[in-house]
Formats: sequence, C-alpha cells, structure tokens
Amino acid sequence: MAEINLRRLRKAFDDFVAVEDTDLTVPNGAFFVLLGPSGCGKTTTLRMIAGLELPTSGEIRLGSEDVTFKRARERDIAFVFQLFALYPHMTVRGNIAFPLRTQGTPRAEIRRRVEETARLLRIDHLLDRPVGGLAGGDRQRVALGRAIVRRPLAFLMDEPLGTLDAAFRELMCEELKALHDRIGATTVYVTHDQVEAMAMGDVVAVMNAGRVLQSGPPHEIYHRPRSLFVASFIGSPAMNLVDAEGGLEPGAAQVRVAGTEQPMPRLRTAAEPGAHVYGVRPEHVALVDESALRAEVVAVDYLGARQVVTLDGPAGRLRAKIGNGQRVDVGERVGLAFDGAKAILFDARSGNALPSTLFEADHHG
Amino acid sequence: MAELRLEAAYKRFGETTALDGLDLDVADGEFFVLLGPTGAGKTTTLRVAAGLEKPEAGRVRLGGLDVTALPPAARDVAFVFQQYSLYPHLSVYDNLAFPLRSPVRRSDRATVDARVREVAGRLRIDSKLRNRATRLSGGEMQRVAIGRALVRAPALFLMDEPLSSLDAKLREELRIELKRLQRELGATILYVTHDQVEAMTLADRIGLLEQGRLLQVGTPRDIYTRPATIEAAARLGSPPINLLPPNLLPGLAGPAGTERIGLRPEDVELDLAGDGAEVVQIEHLGAETVVRVRCRNHELHALVPGETVLTPGSSVGIAPIPGALMAFGSAGERLERTDGGAP
Repeated sequence: MAEINLRRLRKAFDDFVAVEDTDLTVPNGAFFVLLGPSGCGKTTTLRMIAGLELPTSGEIRLGSEDVTFKRARERDIAFVFQLFALYPHMTVRGNIAFPLRTQGTPRAEIRRRVEETARLLRIDHLLDRPVGGLAGGDRQRVALGRAIVRRPLAFLMDEPLGTLDAAFRELMCEELKALHDRIGATTVYVTHDQVEAMAMGDVVAVMNAGRVLQSGPPHEIYHRPRSLFVASFIGSPAMNLVDAEGGLEPGAAQVRVAGTEQPMPRLRTAAEPGAHVYGVRPEHVALVDESALRAEVVAVDYLGARQVVTLDGPAGRLRAKIGNGQRVDVGERVGLAFDGAKAILFDARSGNALPSTLFEADHHG
Repeated sequence: MAELRLEAAYKRFGETTALDGLDLDVADGEFFVLLGPTGAGKTTTLRVAAGLEKPEAGRVRLGGLDVTALPPAARDVAFVFQQYSLYPHLSVYDNLAFPLRSPVRRSDRATVDARVREVAGRLRIDSKLRNRATRLSGGEMQRVAIGRALVRAPALFLMDEPLSSLDAKLREELRIELKRLQRELGATILYVTHDQVEAMTLADRIGLLEQGRLLQVGTPRDIYTRPATIEAAARLGSPPINLLPPNLLPGLAGPAGTERIGLRPEDVELDLAGDGAEVVQIEHLGAETVVRVRCRNHELHALVPGETVLTPGSSVGIAPIPGALMAFGSAGERLERTDGGAP
C-alpha cells in the first residue's frame, strides 16, 4: 500500500484543458473519492494515475516512486473498470487465479492467495463453480477478487457501480467499503453520485471544470462547503440559497433576507451590498409559529424518519427537512426559523464562501 | 382515467407462484406503488394488468369492465419500462408522435402536433424535440419514454421501475416531476419499485408485496408508523428498524406476549457521556449520520444529526425516545400498546 501524490498535474487535449494544475494527496490506505459532474476531469485524473493517459505537465508519485511517465503495467496498480468482464468458461477459482498465472506465480502460492482472497470476499464456498451460473452480486465479487488478488499498491475504480440498479448499487457500496476496511488498500474511486461519495469516502475531492474545488472528509465538505458549487452539488434536497440584501461589516452576525433579519456565524470580512447569497441546508430550517418570515407549504414528502417540506414565500422556494412527528398540511402558512450557526454567506460573483467563524471552529462545531 | 381491480389473481411460472390470489384495488386518479423485493411478483402484477400475461385464475377489471380476456391493445393502458426503449433513429418529436400515428388511432397532423408539444412542455423537453433520441442524457431519455405513454392519455399507467437506472440526483428530480404530472393530470398510476424512498415520496398508497400477496396496504405514514407486522415494519425505513429482544435496555418492554421490540433508528438517542454500548461504525450521509452501536451482543442503528462527533470504539449510552417503541408478538403481529404511548 502507498500514498499517491499529484503535483501540479495538468492535461490538455488540443485546446481543451481537461485537468488544470491539480495538487492532490491520497493518504496511504484511504478510500479517496473523486466526485464531480460529467466532464469535470475526474476520469482523466484517474487515467493519469493509472498510466493510461500521460499528463501534459506535472508529477505523479506512487509511494516514493515517480511514476509520471511509466507505462501502466509498470505501475503496481489495479484498475477496476465500469464493466466487469469474467471468463465465462472458467470457474471462480480460474478467474481469480488468472492475473497471478499471467505473472508466473508458483502454483502453491496461487492456491493460497486465491483462497485467501475468496475468504475475504466471502465467496470461498463458490470457488469450484463456473462463473456462468452465479448471481449478479457474486459475479461482482469474483471481478473484485481478480483485482485484489495481485495485492497492488493501489486500486483505481471508475464508477464501478454505474451500471447496476439502485438496490444492488447500495449493497455493493457497503461491500466495497467493508472490503476496503478489511484490507486497508489505498483506493481512488471516481463517481458522479454524491450519495456514493458521502457514504464511502474517507476523503472526498469535489471537481468541476478540471479543478479540484475542495477536498476533505465527507462531513467537512457537507457542513463547510467553500463554494456555491460544492454547496449545491452535495446534499439532497439541495442547500437553500437566498439572495441577501444590503451590505455587511466585518463582525456582523445577522443578514437581511426577504425583508427579515436572519442569524449567521460571525463574518470575518465585509460584504458589499447586493452581491451575496445566504445558504442554509434543509435540515437547518425549522417550521415555527412565531417568525417574521412566512411561507406557504406547497408539498410534503414523507420519508419515514424525516419529511421534506417544500415552501413558497418572499424568500422564494425553500426546502425544510424536519422530523416525522410534526404534522404539516399543504396550503398551510407557517413561520420559518433558520439555524444561524450553520448558515453560510457566499459571494455571488466569485461563488466563494465568505470567511466566518463557521470555518474556524474545530471540525465539529 | 379509471380504477383498476385485481380479484384473486393467480399466476404461476413452472414451479414458481408469482401471484398467489392477489387482490388489489387502485382508485381512479390514485398513485399506487407496489413495493417489494426481487421476485415478489411486482412485474407480474403489472404484466397481468397490461394483458401481457394471462392469470390462471382471477379477474382483472378496468373502469368497472372485465378485461381479463382482452389483449393489451384493447385495454387502454400505457406501459413505461425501466429501460427507455426509444426508437434510436427517430427524433424526440417522432418518438413522442409515434403512438398517435399508429394505424388504429390515425390522428390528423394538427392534433398530433398539438398533443406532442403539450406533452413535451409538461415534461420540459420542448427544447429537445428535434434532437435524435440517442443524443439525450439518461434523464431526458426517460422523460421521452414517459412522454410516449402520456400522449395517448390512457385510462391507466403501468410503470415498472422507470427511474432505477438513473443516478441519485436525476432520480430525485424525475420523482418530483412525475408526482407533479400525476397531480396535474389526475392520472391513475400503478407503479412498481423496490426503492422505498421512491415509494414513500410518490405514493398516495403503498402496497407491500411479498411472494405474490399483499402484506399491507396504506398511506406511507400509515405503514411506517402503524405497520401490521414485523415484516411490514422492516420494509420501510432506512436504515431499517432495529429489532431487539425485550428488556435489552431499561424501558424497552412491551405488553404481555411481546417477542420482539422494534425501535426506529431516529428514535434512538445517543448519550455521548454515557456508557453501556460501543460505537462500531459511522456512516456520514450529510444531514445525518448513521451510527452502528453494539449493546450486549446486539447491534443497532441510530440516526443522529450530521454534526455529531463520534469515533468508532468510543462508549455511549442508548436512550430510546419514550413512547417510540413498537412491540411484536410471536406471530410477528404488532401488539397495541397499553401504556398510552404514541404508536
């Protein structure tokens, strides 16, 4: 296992810059997720780490070794593709053993490692079965087995669950994460699905337009997004964004929203009039009787543990995620209260979050 | 629009009984979701309603009419599949117009055009009408597939997991659209899925299907808060309800005859300064965090606010929210509480 370091990595295809000067460190043993919309450069970044694409400039280190211009097969990395291909005429054992046989590993060693891998994946009882008759989940496990049996320094995965249906995807999500925790392998995982990213990543890096906008543990990315893009890309339902009115002095702890004063963490800079956006997550919006800010309930989605209430009012359309005990009816007018300690003010022009005490408190404020 | 009724429908495939005397009522204008795991008989139910399968026994009624013996084309139903099944060589416009141009309908040009544009507007794909169907995103393709069902304005829509091949964000978007459309049109929809979030957000009523029979029918809130059985309780809720032996914790007792205690993860509060249980695993969902804790050889899930700080291995106390527990008897039936707590 090894740390992966990218230094000022850049990739241009003719005029199109797929990846802009990117610095990233994938800690040894981490489950590292590259998250972003299609075309953001995440797959290109992964392909450069794998050696399937050569960078235009910059450096890639795998552990202590500079592998920037090494061929893919000279890097001790396993790439798991979106589509898992198995040899249909071989048994589970034959499929998992194959990568070792092509390396000329001694027979006894192959046997030992294949059996160990199968145990890890909980498919040891299937070793002598042909892969043709296996259920979908077991086929995926065999494919994973083929990747891990070589014990490479790192695993790279490009939306490996992309083609599966939702229920199966959830199951494989859990499996992959559990497998990672058991073998502690450095893994770089590419996805455009924020739910997968949040659930699986130790570290999530959000990319857009060839740049890494922010990277950190999932809760950090979620609770302290440093840009409008990250704030709205992560979270479902999405963060509420409302235009704020008037300017603010450094030290301000209230902001004018839809004609009412709303709380927020103490600001560290000034904010010019008319150029900022107040952001508050749906779970930080409460429905209360007493509030100057009123809205009409237009929809209530019951989710069991929680319900999502859609509201229209002077602040535009907002979403509140509240407990399942509160009865709310469509058509009702309610008061809104924002949990100011969790709110973020963004500069509307640059899209960046304005510095406030929210970003200073230790991780868990 | 019309109501759908299945009466004691039986359907076997070889050794497998897919529908085991299924009774199902979908009211006119209702969004009814059949929720069940793979093999529960969801798709067979749809295919029997559509006329693509013939039940061995039982009747199918649509708008009061017995349609059991009628072929699919004579039933005035529209089917939306999981895979978009569009004509790849045709434009979005022609895909939408296709059902109207079929020889049995033969609508005139102006009618077809008006209808296609209306439906495209409703589905917000009017700007894509001239695109080739294959040059669309997954979400757009599924909108076109739904649009093809809409143009005919059938009596009944049958939908077989139409959102399951889309990613989370698109699924949510289309879910909202679909619900809005159904309300606007007052459409009768029988929708099958194995995704409980889809079921809860879309359905007027949910039918929990298992082995070709209905476990329970009710509104999402009804089934979630008053499940008839332990199986029904386990079907809704993510993470699933904790099922524990009585008296594992102080206060976790039910009425006489209680075999299992059910406690939803959102009703488990963790006392960070307490002890008695150990944090095993933490999963961040953003707004919330799922914590797996172990208590005297039993594992349970707690759903806590996303800001909560916890580390695996640390010790915590478990405090169930008073009145939140459900009690189940030896046959799996839910026992009414006698202590006056909320159900």
